[in-house]
Amino acid sequence: MTAFQAGAGYSDGRREEARRPAAIALDHSDPESKRIIVGFGFWIFLLSDIIMFSAFFATYAVLSGETAGGPSGKDLFDLHNVAIETACLLLSSFTCGLAAIGARAHNGLMYYGGMAATGVLGLGFLAIEIHEFVGLIAQGAGPTRSAFLSAFFTLVGCHGVHVTLGILWLLTMIAQVFAKGYRADILRRVLCFALFWHTLDIIWVAIFTVVYLFGAGA
Amino acid sequence: MFGKLTWGAIPFDQPIPLFAGAIVIVVIVGVLAFITIKGWIPYLWSEWVTSVDHKHIGIMYVTLAAVMLIRGFIDAIMMRSQQAIAFQSQGYLPPEHYNQIFSAHGTIMIFFVAMPFVIGLMNFVLPLQLGVRDVAFPTLNSVSFWLTATGVLLVNISLVVGEFSKTGWLPFPPLSELAYSPGVGVDYYLWGVQIAGVGTLMTGVNFVTTILKIHAPGMTYMRMPVFCWTSLATNLLIVAAFPVLTATLAMLTLDRYLGFHFFTNEAGGNVMMFMNLIWIWGHPEVYILVLPAFGVFSEVVSTFSRKPLFGYRSMVMATMAICIIAYTVWLHHFFTMGAGPNVNAVFGIASMIIAVPTGVKIFNWLFTMYGGRIVYATPMLWSVGFMVTFVIGGLTGVLVAVVPADFMLHNSLFQVAHFHNVIIGGVLFGMFAGYTYWFPKAFGFRLHEGWGKAAFWCWFIGFYLAFMPLYVVGLMGMTRRMQHYDVPEWRPWLLVAELGAVVVLAGILCQVAQLVVSIRHREELRDVTGDPWMGRSLEWSTASPPPAFNFAVLPVVEDRDDYWRRQRLAERGLGPTAEPVYKAIEMPRNSPTGFICAFFASFGGFGMIWQIWWLVIVAIVGAFATFVVFAWRDRTEYEIPAEEVARIDRANRRARGEAVANAEALT
Repeated sequence: MTAFQAGAGYSDGRREEARRPAAIALDHSDPESKRIIVGFGFWIFLLSDIIMFSAFFATYAVLSGETAGGPSGKDLFDLHNVAIETACLLLSSFTCGLAAIGARAHNGLMYYGGMAATGVLGLGFLAIEIHEFVGLIAQGAGPTRSAFLSAFFTLVGCHGVHVTLGILWLLTMIAQVFAKGYRADILRRVLCFALFWHTLDIIWVAIFTVVYLFGAGA
Repeated sequence: MFGKLTWGAIPFDQPIPLFAGAIVIVVIVGVLAFITIKGWIPYLWSEWVTSVDHKHIGIMYVTLAAVMLIRGFIDAIMMRSQQAIAFQSQGYLPPEHYNQIFSAHGTIMIFFVAMPFVIGLMNFVLPLQLGVRDVAFPTLNSVSFWLTATGVLLVNISLVVGEFSKTGWLPFPPLSELAYSPGVGVDYYLWGVQIAGVGTLMTGVNFVTTILKIHAPGMTYMRMPVFCWTSLATNLLIVAAFPVLTATLAMLTLDRYLGFHFFTNEAGGNVMMFMNLIWIWGHPEVYILVLPAFGVFSEVVSTFSRKPLFGYRSMVMATMAICIIAYTVWLHHFFTMGAGPNVNAVFGIASMIIAVPTGVKIFNWLFTMYGGRIVYATPMLWSVGFMVTFVIGGLTGVLVAVVPADFMLHNSLFQVAHFHNVIIGGVLFGMFAGYTYWFPKAFGFRLHEGWGKAAFWCWFIGFYLAFMPLYVVGLMGMTRRMQHYDVPEWRPWLLVAELGAVVVLAGILCQVAQLVVSIRHREELRDVTGDPWMGRSLEWSTASPPPAFNFAVLPVVEDRDDYWRRQRLAERGLGPTAEPVYKAIEMPRNSPTGFICAFFASFGGFGMIWQIWWLVIVAIVGAFATFVVFAWRDRTEYEIPAEEVARIDRANRRARGEAVANAEALT
């Protein structure tokens, strides 16, 4: 992810703080500030990531009934665990927001506290998900059992891989601020990390609905 | 220790790949030895390999595409020769080898010729046309390039280590599933294309951001050259389509590696879902390729007609219309699937509708030429050749969009003729036009016109000879990918097609000769002013080649074709001539991140293909460490002092002033 925030190559020597609002109003085609460019570029990346998930969602929708005589979602899903997972992730979005505010305010307690809480909640989410996956495989409902389970493990697992990468990124962001302080380029990376983490939440809401709620109710 | 990799993977018993592989290895070792002896490694490392300059990355992309074009063409002429020979006989290529060749030909030509050529030109041109100093994310740009190079490397390693996919340029299941393709061929395809595809996706993100967010002052969207618009459409399509390719290939990979059931015949897998998913990427892909070519033609036709582009707004509208409709036609690749008449009708009509904005573009180019003072330089020849050829390809495209006609022509050589008609006549001619047009900007001297024209005529005639017969045999019922055949009526047409391939070969040789002759005579062909063609857009206001910072002072844009307007004013002694105030410029520092990342990606991909798990783990850890090291950098930019900027810019201003004075002395 870090190559992404390598920083805009475009630099005309002006700092973003120096931009006068009047100049923006006069000519909005002026080069934008790096914060805007990096944030915008990362949003484009996130949209592409969402499109990748949409392919997995579509696949799941096509294959969700293809159980090949094996268990269906109704037999397998435990909404109790899923509720805890959802709570972990939604709460972590809140703490991630606190960390982002803390970073902008150069408030160490808020930043480190927020990031640590986000990491712990993310790990909690992952632990429940892994526990669920291991349980399914143990009872013979692994991804090789049926097309439905292949699609289920891939869609939910892909989100889980994203959370794992997010936690790795989170740890490097804690280390970067610790080692380098609240530098402008590092703050831009914090911004991107926060966007990434919130997007994982959005995707989880869709998974929660399409996979678990529909699946358990079908 | 080495997974599935054993000495048996080297095809000692097959002379053709062994011999070809030996030649490639000798050439690579020779080139590396030559570079080392000449002492060029430090220069190549600091100026090219680690460069984050969009111009250098663009040139490397185009070089990669040119080399792979030769590789892909060798595959092509081998196939044509096989079909010319294999009448009531086995020909000279055994089936399993022939299947690898047509698979490699398609894979290489789309992913490793057309894509890098298009992306290379966009890389080189976009920031110059937008009037800025680099793309939004320069280091990411370098990562993208080197990941593409990784894909190229993996696909070419398959020539000597193991085998390549035998399932066609798209790995259709269930043939590509482990049960029917147990070798590593499909795995080479999957990992090579997957890694290169991630690079392309990053390029899409990078360029969308660049075009929408980074402009010179006054360069509003409706003042951008049409090449920027078509590039925007292309990169939006990349962002929207490539993630689907990533997901689809990942699913096939899971099927093959871990026994999942996405596309298998058993346990509820759905083969046709692969067709849908792959073509949701695949059809936008053809517009990803052709839209930048449309942009090149827009620049070339207007420059060499000495007129502003006719119907700029309609051109922009048509471009964005294609961008959207491109996403709604994918099902026409498999009308025969049996989705039902209503579904087929919707996609058939959408496929016909997309011809309308394309037709608008053709008329705009024609009206641009109408009444213009046309100069038939080589780029213009490619453009006119394109218009003639592409209309034929477009019409056969509308023909196969008619569902009942498609039922007859599906999977026949008619299809092969159709898509080569649009991809060679559209994309490749466009890329060659752009290559000739921007070559002087990149290297400071023009390409030789005589050899360029000879290359054009060979390609043009060779194309018609090679592919018009395929329309005919397609209508006669010949299916694609036949290793041998017994129908005597097909034979003469396939012999003509073979002749066409030989004429195209002559065209490629002319292009090689053109490059060699141009380099030898570079002093006579020197572009002193930076504006060899009387160009219209901002790239021609820089020196050739442009300095690292492109523009000493960012241009202030007041109109469309702003550079053309200023030049005409300057000729009449009007407009500002005073030297600007030079300031120091900050530019991004070079970084080996892209190269090191690709180094680990290559080993990671190779490890995945041969299932050497420790290598995969090492590669993943290495790639992650590379990013952390990159993130830890303290200095990301370097400064070019104002005196240096002034020195470089004054030299260009002096050269331009002398050229204007000389022109006045002549008149």
